[in-house]
Amino acid sequence: MSNSDMVHAHQFDDFAQQHEASWNGMWVFLGTEVMFFGGMFAGYTMYRYLYPQAFASASNHLDIVLGTINTAVLICSSFTMALAVRSAQLGARKPIMIFLLLTILLGTVFLGIKFTEYYQKWVEHLIPGYDFSYEPSLARPAAIFFSFYFALTGVHALHMIIGIGLLTWLIVKAWRGRFSREYNTPVELVGLYWHFVDIIWIFLFPLLYLVGRHLG
Amino acid sequence: MKSEHILSVKFYASIFGILLVLTLSTAGIAFIDLGGAWNAVAAIAIAVGKALLVVLYFMHARYSSRLTWVFAAAGVLWLMILIGGTINDVLTRESITLPPLS
Repeated sequence: MSNSDMVHAHQFDDFAQQHEASWNGMWVFLGTEVMFFGGMFAGYTMYRYLYPQAFASASNHLDIVLGTINTAVLICSSFTMALAVRSAQLGARKPIMIFLLLTILLGTVFLGIKFTEYYQKWVEHLIPGYDFSYEPSLARPAAIFFSFYFALTGVHALHMIIGIGLLTWLIVKAWRGRFSREYNTPVELVGLYWHFVDIIWIFLFPLLYLVGRHLG
Repeated sequence: MKSEHILSVKFYASIFGILLVLTLSTAGIAFIDLGGAWNAVAAIAIAVGKALLVVLYFMHARYSSRLTWVFAAAGVLWLMILIGGTINDVLTRESITLPPLS
């Protein structure tokens, strides 16, 4: 830990207040992220209500096995992230790095599986606007489903990539010994972000992969 | 210095275990026809349960200050207004004929 990290900025009364401000600031940011994804969730809900058959039919073209595995992988990465934060709270330098590395690894596995699924959609002509082919009576609304699928999972994947970047930055800081029992705010805040991205997927999985599965 | 709860590895592992069980159950339940909108209700209910476990324990909301709760709840509240308002509009426009999509 460098000394500059331990001295609180002049606008704060003490270190605890500075920590509280950072912590709550991160929650405010996550609130804006909820609104960012919320618009797409609202649009999805509306179109699913308007075209239930097409959404059920299109949903059955997603690979439920890969989807379930990916959900488990992401939850696993949240678990390792929680353990990384715990190690940071204890000021244990090596475990922080190991758990952060595991989190990156699991995040990369998630993105790899996601890429495999995207490739399948490309092979099956299920990319709206590019050589899209579907049962004619449902083609237009099914294209709407796949537009939501790619927009939602794409933006989610972008958040994962940014998250992996942040985790890499944390590993470098941890390796330089910047975190201690007293100062570990960056690890905590990136942890909040990573768990938030996990929560988005927890909702995307049933909405995209499971709707209409019982009809298929 | 700062009041923080350091939870045991065992505790995190049990939350992780519950999350995995819920993931498998929601995938399994999806294949059973519960009738009407109940499949969607079950899927969303399980997702909300999982999200709550992540927020409360992985994100330490349970051990955070009331002010943090306000920030977290504000996100949920505005999301409800966004989705609720949209759905309210769509549900009450039955008379409008949709353009043929085929």
